[in-house]
Amino acid sequence: MSGTTVERTRVTLHNAVVRFAGDSGDGMQLTGDRFTAESALAGNDLATLPDYPAEIRAPAGTLAGVSSFQLHFSDQDVHTPGDQPDVLVAMNPAALKKHLKDLKPGGTLIVNSDAFTDRNLQKAGYEGNPLEGDVLTDLQVHEVPLTSLTLRALEEPIASGGIGKKDAERSKNMFALGLVSWMFSRSIDATEAWLRAKFGARQALADANVAALKAGWYYGETTEAFVFTYEVPAARLAPGRYRNITGNQAIAYGLVAASVRAGLPLFYGSYPITPASDILHELAKLKHFGVATFQAEDEIAAIGSTIGAAFGGALAVTASSGPGIALKTEAMGLAMMTELPVVIIDVQRGGPSTGLPTKTEQSDLFQAVLGRNGEAPIPVIAASSPGDAFDAALEAARIALTYRTPVVLLSDGYLANSAEPWRLPDVDDLPDLADAFTFATEPNGPDGTFLPYLRDPETLARPWALPGTPGLQHRIGGLEKEPDTGSISYDGDNHHAMTVLRHERLARIGRALPPLEVDDPSGSADVLVVGWGSTEGPLRAACTELRERGRAVARVHLRHLAPLHPDLDDLVRRYRVVVCPENNMGQLSMLLRARTLVDVQPYNRVSGQPFSSAELVAAIESFAGSTA
Amino acid sequence: MTEATSGLTKKDFTSDREVRWCPGCGDYAILSTVQSLLAEVGARPETTVFVSGIGCSSRFPYYMDTYGFHSIHGRAPAVATGLAIARPDLDVWVITGDGDGLSIGGNHLVHALRRNVNLKVLLFNNEIYGLTKGQYSPTSPIGSVHKSTPMGSIDRPLNPVSLALGAEATFVARSIDADRAHLSEVLTAAYAHRGAAFVEIYQNCVVFNDDAFIAVTGKEERVVNQIRLRHGEPIVFGPGGERAVVAQGDGSLAIVPTGEAGDRVIVHDAHLPEPTTAFALSRLAPSPTGPTPIGVFRSVAAPVYDDLLREQVETARARTPADLGALLASGNVWDVTD
Repeated sequence: MSGTTVERTRVTLHNAVVRFAGDSGDGMQLTGDRFTAESALAGNDLATLPDYPAEIRAPAGTLAGVSSFQLHFSDQDVHTPGDQPDVLVAMNPAALKKHLKDLKPGGTLIVNSDAFTDRNLQKAGYEGNPLEGDVLTDLQVHEVPLTSLTLRALEEPIASGGIGKKDAERSKNMFALGLVSWMFSRSIDATEAWLRAKFGARQALADANVAALKAGWYYGETTEAFVFTYEVPAARLAPGRYRNITGNQAIAYGLVAASVRAGLPLFYGSYPITPASDILHELAKLKHFGVATFQAEDEIAAIGSTIGAAFGGALAVTASSGPGIALKTEAMGLAMMTELPVVIIDVQRGGPSTGLPTKTEQSDLFQAVLGRNGEAPIPVIAASSPGDAFDAALEAARIALTYRTPVVLLSDGYLANSAEPWRLPDVDDLPDLADAFTFATEPNGPDGTFLPYLRDPETLARPWALPGTPGLQHRIGGLEKEPDTGSISYDGDNHHAMTVLRHERLARIGRALPPLEVDDPSGSADVLVVGWGSTEGPLRAACTELRERGRAVARVHLRHLAPLHPDLDDLVRRYRVVVCPENNMGQLSMLLRARTLVDVQPYNRVSGQPFSSAELVAAIESFAGSTA
Repeated sequence: MTEATSGLTKKDFTSDREVRWCPGCGDYAILSTVQSLLAEVGARPETTVFVSGIGCSSRFPYYMDTYGFHSIHGRAPAVATGLAIARPDLDVWVITGDGDGLSIGGNHLVHALRRNVNLKVLLFNNEIYGLTKGQYSPTSPIGSVHKSTPMGSIDRPLNPVSLALGAEATFVARSIDADRAHLSEVLTAAYAHRGAAFVEIYQNCVVFNDDAFIAVTGKEERVVNQIRLRHGEPIVFGPGGERAVVAQGDGSLAIVPTGEAGDRVIVHDAHLPEPTTAFALSRLAPSPTGPTPIGVFRSVAAPVYDDLLREQVETARARTPADLGALLASGNVWDVTD
């Protein structure tokens, strides 16, 4: 870009938080995604927080229809999407009303002044025009007529009929992106290429969006309103090749990696549900890896088909969110009883019932660990960041294949949709899952008989004998079984013994794990923070800040929720205070208390948003008390 | 195929488990017919899988020396669909009943049929919940008095064949437990069908609903009431063929004396692309209390879901190499150096 006309000061920042907010039809998610991609290419570490309404198109201009996307980017490690935005882009009054309270004091506010009409103000519940009063006086406010500037930039194609006025207006999000990209000294080349690829043959639309993008950039450059531009230098990430990845994408890739590394075809049966559907969309594009995706008629058929595919020898996976997992419950018990390797992914959302479909929560832990009829011990693991979801998917597959058991993998709405830079693993370094299992080929019992429930003495796994194997014909089902033969047994003592055995099989998964890693740089902490799942980023950031303030805190983040790691018993007893923050009402706290009899302190919030690190710093301090 | 060519006999399909249905249950006859039939058609025990749900009929897999999966209530078509997708080399049979397949599992049955998954679905209809000791089922006629309907059922029953045809199942048939020859013929045709084959089998529950199908199974009644469907033949029935099925102006079918029917007699065509006439045939007897068609209502060739799914996978494989490293590095990537 050239032609600078105004004298400007470029300020170098360590980090910045930008939030785009607008109507759900304004394309804020896409705008945020593109700014994320630009920041990643600039070498920043980053974390994102998309937030959108459950309704696909809530009434335009209302508070209910506001969609937002927040990005935190930095020249250092980023663990959270940021607490307070430095820059807020509000595309209409409703977006301003909803998000203004979060903007940092003295922060930068860019509003689309064209949208501040009486009607829109009324829809947002404003009595007067906030741009005219003194509400915004301590902010750096930029009133930009985004809509009319975009239309003016596209005057020519509109006049020539190359593009409709409505489509032209719709590209105002690209104007906003151009302007913010200029503010943060970001190149828009990648976005231009992306737009051209996205619109493909629809040349006029591509041209219009690119023109709007550039107009936004030039507007920043030429108008005198913006006297500062900012630069956030590249972060010092570990050397390697990086890409941005969301949790749902990472799970899909992790499952494909597990399939490749196990040498088994991937079968994925699922029913559409927010926020898990993107995993289905990703996998449906990956058929060239031998992936069979089956969109079932309901959640029960999704897991039913998955169990059938596992019986047939596939790496079989189903996914849903809380309400769908509730429907799968009986079938999860069947998978446990028939001892087939099945991965069940729960991308948790606000519950119960339909709850908050597009918001994040960690409240399905009990459902995953305990939510079945009878004694049905099933291993449960959790992903802790978008990139970590890749490793978590591989770990779920490893446990399922090694122990011939269903495994629950917990993700959540925040991990599913938010992105972070992810260092690409070397494919050859990924776990070799082909070692985890063998298919039975020969009779294993006396006189050439086959015993489908004769167990591996170490893992207690039963043989995986596929239909099609001569001589190994056998029948399985949900009824209680005798040892070895797997024949139906209604004997009470046998049922007790089999139940104990299934618990033992779960316990052995825990005993075979590597030692639990505790993050305690000083080694002198008397406070332990225990977390699981997507709270990892905020907890890590909070503990780092506490340490910088001179308080030693230890932190442990659990991958395995069932069984709990055997090291936990001793670990939690070593600290004066144990704090367990969760986005639920204290589910892991209760499991830890029950297991260890230690008075674990819960800190809980279920507002649909991840914790901020500032909130966790305050919470941990209040539990820790004044004696460091 | 015959026993001589397959080299296998009924015994090769019979497991060592003691059969535990009530004495006199119609399930025994079906089991015996299926065990013999598999040997006759040249099936292999190791590539045959029986998947069932819950109910008396769903014990069936335990008695077959094949692979078997006794799943949960109503879900057998779902489990079987996953297996059929994963394994094109298997013969997958679903054993279900009127409660399992039409009530708790009605959704799965409809979708397996309309998708045309390569499954053979045998629905044992006894118009009763037997395993739970005698409640009325979705096929029990209005007014039937059972444990949960002391004043008579007020539910309108489903006709399983009508339902299957409504779902546009590509093979739909009906037979009778104790009629070994007819059942064998129908199941042989079902076995040969590529795609979803649905067979309703009238199955007598001696304990809770004895003689529910007497109108079509009784020694004297069956001669009068069985309408035996044979592809390419006029639909006439009765001891001397004295009754015939004719079309009416409103699209339905009616039974008239053959003498009055003339050339209006319907010639059965199981291969009609539209299921409309087959459906009208099924409506001749909403419940089997009078003249009732048995045999193959519909048998048409159509694309099979699991074949199409595997074809897409193969097309994708041929088009794009499965390079995991390339997948992970797709999209915008950047390098960070020391």
